[in-house]
This record gives sequence, structure tokens and C-alpha cells, in this order.
Amino acid sequence: MLLYILQRILAAVPVIGFVALFVFLLLRLTPGDPAAIIAGDTATPAQLEAIRDSLGLNEPLLIQFFTWIGQLLQGDFGTSILSRKPVIDLIADRMEPTISLALTTITLSVLIAVPLGVIAAWKQGTLIDRFVMLLSVLGFSVPVFVIGYLMISTFSLGLGWFPVQGFKPISDGIGPFLHRITLPTLTLTLLYIALIARITRTSMLEILGDDYIRTARAKGLPERTVLMRHALRNCSVPIITVIGIGFALIISGVVVTESVFNLPGLGRLTVDAVLSRDYPVIQAVILLASLIYVAINLLIDIAYVLLDPRIRYS
Amino acid sequence: MTDHTVSAASQAGARVSPLSRVREIVFSSPLVTLAAIILAVIVLSAIFAPLIVPHDPVRLSPGERLKPPSSEYWLGTDAFGRDLFSRIVYGGRISLVVGVMAAVAAVGLGLILGLLAGYIRWLDAVLMRMVDGLMAIPSILLAIAIVALWGASIWTVLIAITIPEVPRVVRLVRSLVLSAREEPYVEAAIAAGSSTWLIMRRHLMPNTIAPLIIQGTYICASAILVEAILSFLGAGISPETPSWGNIMAEGRIYFQINPGIVLWPGLVVSVAILSINLLGDAVRDALDPRMAKRGIER
Amino acid sequence: MSLLRIENLRIALNGDPQAEVVKGLDLAIEPGQTMCLVGESGSGKSLTALATMGLLPNVLQVTDGSIRIKDEELLRASRSRMRSLRATAMSMIFQEPMTALNPVARVGQQIEEVLEFHSDFSAAQRKSRAMDMMEAVHLPDVEKMYRSFPHQLSGGQRQRIMIAMALVMRPQLLIADEPTTALDVTTQAQILKLIQELREEQGTAVLFITHDMGVVSEIADDVTVLKLGEVMETQPVESLLRHPKTDYSRDLLASVPSQVPRPARDPSSDQIVLETRDLCKTYGGGGLLKRGREVKAAQDVSISLIKGRTLGIVGESGSGKSTVARCIMRLIDPSSGEIVVGGTDIATLSQRALKPERRKIQIVFQDPMRSLNPRIEIGQSIIEGPLNFGGSREAAMKRARELLELVGLPASAVNRFPHQFSGGQRQRIAIARALAMDPDVLVADEAVSALDVSVQAQVLDLLSELQERLGLGILFITHDLGVAAQICDDVLVMQHGRVVEYGPAGEVLGNPKQDYTKALIKAAPGRHWDFANFRPFAEAAE
Repeated sequence: MLLYILQRILAAVPVIGFVALFVFLLLRLTPGDPAAIIAGDTATPAQLEAIRDSLGLNEPLLIQFFTWIGQLLQGDFGTSILSRKPVIDLIADRMEPTISLALTTITLSVLIAVPLGVIAAWKQGTLIDRFVMLLSVLGFSVPVFVIGYLMISTFSLGLGWFPVQGFKPISDGIGPFLHRITLPTLTLTLLYIALIARITRTSMLEILGDDYIRTARAKGLPERTVLMRHALRNCSVPIITVIGIGFALIISGVVVTESVFNLPGLGRLTVDAVLSRDYPVIQAVILLASLIYVAINLLIDIAYVLLDPRIRYS
Repeated sequence: MTDHTVSAASQAGARVSPLSRVREIVFSSPLVTLAAIILAVIVLSAIFAPLIVPHDPVRLSPGERLKPPSSEYWLGTDAFGRDLFSRIVYGGRISLVVGVMAAVAAVGLGLILGLLAGYIRWLDAVLMRMVDGLMAIPSILLAIAIVALWGASIWTVLIAITIPEVPRVVRLVRSLVLSAREEPYVEAAIAAGSSTWLIMRRHLMPNTIAPLIIQGTYICASAILVEAILSFLGAGISPETPSWGNIMAEGRIYFQINPGIVLWPGLVVSVAILSINLLGDAVRDALDPRMAKRGIER
Repeated sequence: MSLLRIENLRIALNGDPQAEVVKGLDLAIEPGQTMCLVGESGSGKSLTALATMGLLPNVLQVTDGSIRIKDEELLRASRSRMRSLRATAMSMIFQEPMTALNPVARVGQQIEEVLEFHSDFSAAQRKSRAMDMMEAVHLPDVEKMYRSFPHQLSGGQRQRIMIAMALVMRPQLLIADEPTTALDVTTQAQILKLIQELREEQGTAVLFITHDMGVVSEIADDVTVLKLGEVMETQPVESLLRHPKTDYSRDLLASVPSQVPRPARDPSSDQIVLETRDLCKTYGGGGLLKRGREVKAAQDVSISLIKGRTLGIVGESGSGKSTVARCIMRLIDPSSGEIVVGGTDIATLSQRALKPERRKIQIVFQDPMRSLNPRIEIGQSIIEGPLNFGGSREAAMKRARELLELVGLPASAVNRFPHQFSGGQRQRIAIARALAMDPDVLVADEAVSALDVSVQAQVLDLLSELQERLGLGILFITHDLGVAAQICDDVLVMQHGRVVEYGPAGEVLGNPKQDYTKALIKAAPGRHWDFANFRPFAEAAE
């Protein structure tokens, strides 16, 4: 079992390595002069030279790569071209709103989506099932920012229940925090309900067709026990996987939600960096997001061990 | 025994002519029929946009800024006095082209790479590490990074949307190939001295068609969504060429004055994506109800 | 009063009377009796059992009839009444012990769970009752076994757990749906013995569903023969085996392969068409982190097959018999040893160099549903091989038509798709495809195991006939001693990847030297009965 976890950790190394290489090459292999792209059309030769210097673009490619990797390993993610601050500090400053939004979203959507998925599978083909499926397709189809603006026009502009935008940290009190985080959370939650409910329903349906479910019924167990004790327990692996991966990739949704509600989080930082072509920041955010993805996948693998005796004892 | 009857029935189904298959899918439920009609309307109006629109979608009329809906401007005007309705109709062209082309490109590329990965061991190891790496990068981040670096044009947007979709197709095709390789009929072909190419073309590729059609529709929907998001974030095609996303992006700051600039294109893009997704689900249910098991899930 | 009485039971797909799968079935079981329900696939025997348990899948509905247990009508019982009857009045065990247990729950708890809902025992009482039951089904080291997960147990042990679970509430009726079909023959014998023993101890009546006449002859009191949802006849077992009343039962019995080896044939040739020397296949080992546990799937297997003869490789699952076949076909690469086909050692040839040798040796697989590409007309499947070796499409197609007739199908069938054929017909097509290459050797890897017994007999006849006509050497891989006895000239017995015994069929099966071979033969159900002649072998000898 320890061996299994060790294997998983080792398997993650090449993934991160590839991401780093990809991010590195993305800038270096752009058509044209990377410095000019970053500096924009109006840059003076001196500015260009400064950018080349700070990114080490004058060195041979291989040296650039290893210098960069060396810096990364020391925790040096470079300096923002726009603000001249270390990227790592910029990111640290912006973590809180993003983490808050991610946690509230995942919690709320799991609480709603898993029961919905279970019920939909159990009552397959009924009205409830169709409603859940339709809700789920809707969640995939309506862009997050459209939902966001609908929320704003209904609950902020229309009813005046919530502010249009902004963020208060939880240290300012739970009331103001919730007052501002509710709309962004609801906005992003629909997408996650769609994702999680759908996977829950699919895996549940598959497991309800398994032989041991028939065995459980043949034992004369009440349907509730069959569902909760036998089906859901076996279903937990795919459900946890989708929750984990959803959490790992939440930055995609956060980027948009934070823009709509003007939250000063990582997503906002990223969009600003993109608009001003602040590549060191973009690069660092991508690396960070991938690291989180890999780390969560590792946690999922460890969860497998706890949930599935077939892995635990092999 | 039951299993056999089921598979025999589904195979028998596969022999029906394609046209009646399409008809069967479209009329499988009223919701799907509605989706098909809506999609047809959107596609046709994009194609025949010049014949439909009452105004030039790009002509600036500074005197007509932010007008409310009227008989002249059905949905009102934007901040530059351009007719919103005409822009939405034209915007469909970019969105649909991006959607279809991204789907075709991602499926094509993914099919080739997936077949190779499924059949050539050493390449598989390398390709799958790359796929894992690409999947670790959140797709929107990857797309906006590409557009930011390479500049926004329809081509870079297309590339930026396609690249993150390819790994999923590769994985799908690879898993289909790996399971088909175990089939006795493929082993019989090996025993009959058939070349790798013949086995791929004849015995493996046909197994991937139905799943790829379905995956393709999902990619198409997702590409339209991502295009809208890119534009919305300011990393999309420039507003001189209207797309559903950039119309909304421009309308953001005027949202409190005229919410229609954001909500109307938002409605259209949502309905379009919804229709494509519903059709995709209907195709999936018709072609192979067990397909969800094979990892075709979003 | 009968314990279970089923009258005029009708089950239909979606309740549609046009799509009936069980057509007016009558059945009665007395307390303590073993009733065998026998039939080929599609006979409705499993559905009858599921209907009794109230566990029919949603698409199937009972449209008419009555199922009564001790005079209580089950078809009108409420859901909760059915739940409380399950495990207390009637229990069921299934065919696949590998999947019938919840993989993430400890087996002891899965037994205890029954008591949790059907008794008011305390937790301690439940545990001790569950342990007692595990003792009763003769599981070793019950303390440890109680805490095990299903994947840690063998197939036979899992089926014992299932039986313990089914009988822990001492129901009067045990429904066993092909409970030994997925098990090896030695394990099967033990499970059959266990069911008999518990039946006597607890006085449980058993409704035993099987397709295997051998099993019937071992355990049945009475037998009901089913065909396509209808009862053909019901008789005490002895009188059915001696005097079947219907043609269908008679044919069914006549198709059962006899355990007695066929008379030896004189070799018509001494030309060796296939030979292996010290063939080995090892899996695993090496690997940076996997700390490879080596599995020797086949060790030092040496065989030789003469033109026009049949060599059988017999063994239980995991014996390595299929590994040998796949090595010989070079579908997997052997670890060491030689494979000589028509004078050439093909064991280490590259795929390119191998291609011309492929003609000489062809294979027929087990699963008729998967051995033909469902998307391709069967004619195209048959000519694929010949076209790889040049030659015109027309000539190949002409040959394909001839071959179809040779295997007993109409020549016009070339344009049809696999789903238009039955399982037996598909195996014929697969044989035609193999023959299209004009091979010297045909490898049949469990080629008749998935077929119903009557179809199996036909395909075996076809193979013998083709062998006679074409002088084929046949390498026949099977787990079924009866099938081996019926068609093999020589037999090789394998266990755990090693050769146990190898010699003429009459010697190995008739007068085995090794303990393992003896145990295999002893375990084969129905070995005392000469089904085809409707009498025990003992009487034939008199």
C-alpha cells in the first residue's frame, strides 16, 4: 500500500515536468519576438532589452530552461513585469478570495448534487430523473458569466438583497463575508451541481446493475440499506474523483466568476496579467494550478486506498 | 443470455440506414425535436445573415447609442450605436465556425494520436505523459495564455480552444483501441497475417466512430462556450468581427444601463449550447446506451 | 402440501404477450426435495427463479399465473412482505461468485447483515451465528475469514460465503442458479457435496438450475426439463435419464459427451505438423518499483501433433492451457522454448518473418459473440486472410462460398452480418474463416465451451468430419473432460502451468497415473452415467 502511494507520487513527477516544459516553450516558441509580444507595440528598444534580460531570453534555450527550473525549485517564480513585485507575493495576496469561493462552491454543490444524483439513478426514467438530467445539461450549457449577470440583475439590481460586487474576508465577520460571497458561490455552483450530479447518477446506475446489488436485494434488505450501504459505498470512488478533479480545475470557473463580481482573487489577477501580457504571472498561475491538480489527484489516489480494499491489500 | 439478446439488438440497430437513424434520434423526445429546430434556425440565420439583418452589424452610429428595443432596433443598440440584433445574428457565424472547426480538429488529431498510442507501446508511454500533463492545466487558463501570447485572431482562438480538448479525445480513442484489441476478431485478424494498418483501419477505427461523433458534439458545445468566455475576458476575437462572446464583453460596463446587451447574446449562446448538448445526449442514448461507461462523460 | 407451487407462470418482455419468455410454466417442490430445472440458454429457467424471488429486472413482467410458497401467493405479496420472506422463507445463490459479493464490505458482515434485518439478535449473537454458519459451510480459519474481503477469497470460498448467507436464517427453500458453472470441476464437486449436506442437515428444499446433465445426475431427486419457456417434462431423475418421454429430452441427453475415451484411431500418417519444445511463458518480474512477482504461466511444455490427429490440452482455470495456445499462435511471445510449425521454429521470428508461417496454423476462439467483427459481412471476414497473401478477391470469395457450405451453411450467407446468426452458426463461420487459409493445424481454444450442449455436439461432429476430410491436425484446448474424451487422440493435462500427464487419450483418461488427473476425473459430474445410451456405465459392463 505504501508502495502504491510511492508509485503514485513518482508518476506525478513527469506530469509536472511536462507542464513546466510546456509553459516554458509556450513563450519561447511563439511566432515572433516574445519580448515584443509582452512589451506591446509601443515598446522602446531599451524596454525590450530589459524584458529579454529579466526573462533570460538572450541565453541558449537549454540554459534558459534549466536556469528557470532551478529558480522554480528555489521558490522563485520571477517578477511581474507590470508591478515589478515578486510573482509569489502577488499570488499570496490574492489567494484568500479564491480559496473562499472554491470551498463554499464545492461544499454547496456536493451537498446538493450527490443526493440529486442518487435519487435520479434510483428513480431512473421518472420525472425526478428527467428534471435532474435537464438541470445538469443546463449547467453545462449556460456560460458562468451569463448566470452571474442573471444573478446580479435579479438579486442585486432587482431585489437589492446582495451587493453587485466586492469581497470581504471572513476575518471581517461571517455576516459581511457571506453577504458578498453568496452570489458568486451560487453562480459557480450550478456548473458543479451539473458535473457532480451527472457523474453520481451514471456511476450509481452502473453499480445498481451489479450482481452484489441483486444479492443484497435477495437477502431481503430494505431498499434504503441497499442504496446507502451497498451502492453508494461502491460509488464513492468515481464521485470523489469527480469532486477532486472539479476542485482542481475550479480556477477555470473562478477566473470568470471573479471577473463578473470583481473579486480581488487569483482569477482577477490572471485576467489582468493576460490583458497586460504579464507572462511571468500567467506562467506562475498555470504552474500553480497544475501543481494543485496533481496534488489533488494524489489525494484522490490515497482516498482510493482507504475506500477500496482491493487496492489496500494488493 | 439477456446480455446476448441486448447486444444482438443493438447490433441489428446499427444496420439501419443513416437517414432513418437521424430521424429516429431527432424525434426521440419532444425536447430533442425542439433542440434540433432551434439549432437549425440558428445555423440557417448565421448562414443567411446578410439577408436577414435589418442593419449593418459593424456600422457605427454615435447618435443612436444604447437605445432601448424599438421597431427600428429590435433589441436596441450597443454603446457604439450598432444594432444588437444584427450583431447577434452575425455573431453566430464566428461562434458556430469555431465550434465546428474545433470539434473537427480535436477529433481528427485525437483520433490519430489515440490510434498510435493504442497500438504502439513505446509511443504510448510518451504520449500519455504528455496527455496527463496537458490535462493538468485548466483549459481556460491554457486557452487565455495561448491567445495572450500569440495575439487574438480567429486562428489563435481556434488553436487555443482545440489544444485542451485533444487529450480527452486521445484518451477516449486509446481506451477504445485497447479494449478492441482484446477482441477475438482482432486476434483472428492478427493470426490471418493482416498488417497493423489493415487491422487499425478495418477492425479498430470503426469502433471509434460512434463515440467520436458524440464526443465531437460535446466538444462543439464546449468550444462555443470557451470562445464566449475568452471574448468575455477580453482575450478573444476583436469586436470588429462580432461574436456572441465579444458582444457581451462590450456590454459589461453598460450592464446597469442596458442589461439586454449582455443578456440577449447570453440567452442565444446558452440556448445554442443547450441544443447541441441535448442532441449529443440523444445521439449517445441512441447509438450506445452503455457508452457512459466508456468514459464519454463531460 | 407442496413447499413451492408455481402454476401457469407467464413472463413477458415489457408485459407484451407477443414477447413471452416463460410460457405457462408449472412446477412444484416438496419440502426437503431437490428439484433440478434443466434447459439450454433461452429456456427461461433463471427467470423463473428470479420471479419467485421477486427480483425480475424491470423490463420483464409476470403477466399471468401464480407462485405460492406454503400457500402464500407471492405475486400478490407487498414489497415489504416479499422483503421479509427473502432469506427467511426462500434464498438464492447465483452463478458468478466473483461478482455476487459486495467488494468493499467484509464477508462476515455481509452474512451478519441478513440477521440484522431478519432477526432480533444482539450484535454478539449475530456474530456468533454468522461464524457458526461459516463453520457449517466448512470455511477454514473462520476468525480470519470473517474479517476478509471478497477479493481475498477463491471462487469456491466465495460461493461458500454465498451459501452461508443464504442459509443463515434457515429458509425452507434454496434457489441455486447455476451455482457451480463458473467454478472449476474439483471445486464444483465440493460445492455440490456441501449443498447436499446442508440440505440433509437443515431439511432445505433446493431448486437447482443448471444446463449440465452431469450435475443433474449427481444431485436431483426430480427433474423438470425446459425448452424456450415451456416445460417439456417432469420426472424423477432416474426415470428421466433412462426413459426420457420427449424427443427434446432424449436429444439433450444424447448430446452429453461421454466421459469414456473414444476408441483409439490408427495414425494415418507420421508427419509432425506442430511441435513445441520446452515452451515457457513467464509474466511479471523486473520492473523498477513493482517488485515483480514472477508468474510462470507455462513451464517446459513439449507437445507434438501429428497430421490428422487431435491433441487435447486439459486443465482447470489458471492451468496455463490457453497461454500455451496463445504462444503457439504468437498472439503473445513465449519467454523461451521452440515452436516448430511445419519444420520452421516460429518462436522468435519477427512479425514480418512470421507472416508467411501464419498460413499454416489458424485458431478458433471461445466466444461466438466476439469472434467475428460485427460490422463486417462474414464473407469479408473469411477472405481477409487469403487476401493478405495475394490472390484475387473473386477467387477468394468463391472459396468462401464453398467453405460456408463445407461447414454446413448456405453459400449465400456471405453477404450477411454476424448478428444474423446463432452462436453455433458463428462458430461454424469462425471455422470457415480459419480453413480459408488452408492451415495444417487448427487450434481450438475452448471453441465449444460457450455453446449449448446440443450445438456443442454438432460443432464437435463438424470438426471431426473436417479433420477426416482435410487431414487437419487439431490442438483442442478444453476444461471439459467429456469433450476431450470424445474427440482427442492424445491428451495433455496441465496444472499451474506445468504438464501433469501426457499420453494417448485412452491411457490418460481411462487409466490415469497421476493423482491430479485422477482427482479431475473423479470430480467430473455424471461420470457414472452413459447418457447417450440412457443407462449407467456399470450396466453397460454387465
